[in-house]
Amino acid sequence: MTPLTTRAKLAVVTAAALLLGAAAAGYAAVAAEPARTPPPAVAGTVTLDRGPRLLAVTDRHVSSVAAADPAGPRTVASTECVRVYAAAGTGVCLAAVDAWTYRLLVLDAALRPTRSLPLTGLPNRARVSPSGRMIAWTTFVGGDSYTSSGFSTRTGILDTRTGATVASLEGFAVIRDGRPHRGADVNFWGVTFGADDNLFYATMSTGGKRYLVRGDVAARRVITIRENVECPSLSPDGTRIAFKQALDGDPAKGWRLSVLDLMTMRVTATAETASVDDQAAWLDGRTLAYTLRRYDGRPDVWAVPADGSGRPSILIPGAESPSPLT
Amino acid sequence: MYLSTVSRPVTDPPAPGRARRGLALVGGNVVALGTVSLITDVSAEMVTAVLPLYLVLGLHLSPLAFGVLDGLYAGTTALLRIIGGFAADRFRRRKLVAGLGYTLSAVAKLGLLLAGRSVPAIGAVIAVDRLGKGVRSAPRDALITLSTPPEALGRAFGVHRAMDSLGAFLGPLVALAVLLAVGQSYDAVFVASFCVAALAVVVLVLFVRERPDPPGGTGDARVSVREACGLLRDRSARRLLLAAALLGLATVGDGFVYLLLQQREDVALRWFPLLAVGTSLAYLLLAAPLGALADRIGRLPVVVGGYAALALTYLLLAGPVAGWPLLALTLTLYGVFYAATDGVLVALAGPVVPARLRTTGIALVQTGQALAYLLSSVLFGAAWQAWGPQTAIRLAAVAALGVLAVSVPLLLPASRLVPRRTAR
Repeated sequence: MTPLTTRAKLAVVTAAALLLGAAAAGYAAVAAEPARTPPPAVAGTVTLDRGPRLLAVTDRHVSSVAAADPAGPRTVASTECVRVYAAAGTGVCLAAVDAWTYRLLVLDAALRPTRSLPLTGLPNRARVSPSGRMIAWTTFVGGDSYTSSGFSTRTGILDTRTGATVASLEGFAVIRDGRPHRGADVNFWGVTFGADDNLFYATMSTGGKRYLVRGDVAARRVITIRENVECPSLSPDGTRIAFKQALDGDPAKGWRLSVLDLMTMRVTATAETASVDDQAAWLDGRTLAYTLRRYDGRPDVWAVPADGSGRPSILIPGAESPSPLT
Repeated sequence: MYLSTVSRPVTDPPAPGRARRGLALVGGNVVALGTVSLITDVSAEMVTAVLPLYLVLGLHLSPLAFGVLDGLYAGTTALLRIIGGFAADRFRRRKLVAGLGYTLSAVAKLGLLLAGRSVPAIGAVIAVDRLGKGVRSAPRDALITLSTPPEALGRAFGVHRAMDSLGAFLGPLVALAVLLAVGQSYDAVFVASFCVAALAVVVLVLFVRERPDPPGGTGDARVSVREACGLLRDRSARRLLLAAALLGLATVGDGFVYLLLQQREDVALRWFPLLAVGTSLAYLLLAAPLGALADRIGRLPVVVGGYAALALTYLLLAGPVAGWPLLALTLTLYGVFYAATDGVLVALAGPVVPARLRTTGIALVQTGQALAYLLSSVLFGAAWQAWGPQTAIRLAAVAALGVLAVSVPLLLPASRLVPRRTAR
């Protein structure tokens, strides 16, 4: 084979670049998201006032359904959120600014933003305390360097009454198994608040283990309570915690939605056998709602009894991020 | 400026069309390899930039599980890197092995499309991508050393690393452009990334030349496993490996450095990713000048300066300076560390290993460094846990100066092998 001249090589490279460029552009044209169909318009406005309704995200928009007929007519607002939660007329919405940046919006009962905070990373969890005063959120941060695929989480808390913000729980003192603990690998996620707007529970990971921690906002301190408890959600009466329990203690194997009784520390698995990767919401003292995804990634909101009885059932089809309006 | 060399170097004519003044002093093969690295890094960083978005928002996965397997992958990659290096030497097909590495990484981009929502499949695809990176770097660096007269190696590696990091700099911007053009279709980014990576392979095939072993080598006999193992018995090679691994112990990892900086300065969390950008900007701008400086004043002084910059970075993180001066100084010094050591160390190490074992030697050095870094990051994490971040970083500074003091005598013989480029 005679070696190619430089001119011929440049021609080949140019041709390859054009061909590959055309292939990429062609795929992009085919794969480009079709113009988003506007959510089905239903008469009425979404409000966060207390009432027998459920809040959820439908096709990235805040929406609400009647608690008595969750699969029925749906009211969809123009407010766009990736994740939403509400209590006592206050809402939290993790919203996209562009493909890379997100912000946290505090919403009043009419979905008007009253506060906006820039977020670091990608939205994951959001919660409002039962009184509507405290807000918590979790984002994923990671992939900054080519050599590391490690992700970390950032979890923050906002007091809407004083405006005080904890940008990251990593600044809190940690008591692990009765002793002060510090580690560069400490990560927090999935905050749930108690009724006094100071007590909270969350997940803390360090040294490859994941703990349920009980936190004190005023004292800026958390204490480990139990291992292998993720994404806690405190029941309305404050006695139980719904959470996702890693199968065999290994998150790679998936999670079983379970309930921990804080008095007896006994764990009851719910009847949901599919892996639940969500912070569940208590619809009332007996029922949990959570998001499951179909194979293609489309979400549905499911419900299952918290006491381990019964069977899971679809609650709101084609929706995610459920929240009762209490 | 003229070159004073002992033996007549094998130099390539500069690549056509690219022969500007700065690059003209670097061989065409180096510019070709730099171009391949530049394009490949655009492709790689496109994916790196959108992967978190894809996993969290596209697939709704909890990505924390992904970090767990890092250690295992690092071990496997280390082993395959050495095997790949040996194969490149044995069959004298460094270009082929490097090309295989580049191709593996390119194919991995398409693998992301096929992996779907399966966490193990995504983990495997990421592993293949990293494997490709591990396999290609030693033969690529060996080709650079074999295509460049020894006294100009610093500049050659400097130019190569600058082109490489320029690609890394551009990647996220290209990904952003694709996302803006097609909405939230991450698939389109992966396909575009594959096409860019494939173009790099085309450039490699057409423009990178395999170097014949320079005359004076040990004949045509193939490199045997025995001979490769003999490398470990060779005194100068062993000292080099030991020094490289020791120096690897001095690095605690970017993550820790940026975390400390963020904690010290209470950098608003949203600016956190910009810390890495600041460092790579300094690296990008300084790689070529520092490489050229290494050719003039010797590689060892530049490497020593680089590790001194690293120790200073650690001390700054524990020291009295604060505010913007701290941020600017730390990121610049950290960039100086990378620019003064990453390529220059290979430039220093390459000539110590005989040409027919060059790839194996460089693979051993890089593996030694990678494993040492893995160990030091674990140790640093433990020190942080036991004594807190401020004490840990002071210890790291002391450790960096300590390993430097031990490594310099080990590297001295190697630095004497290289004739200096003298000016006028």
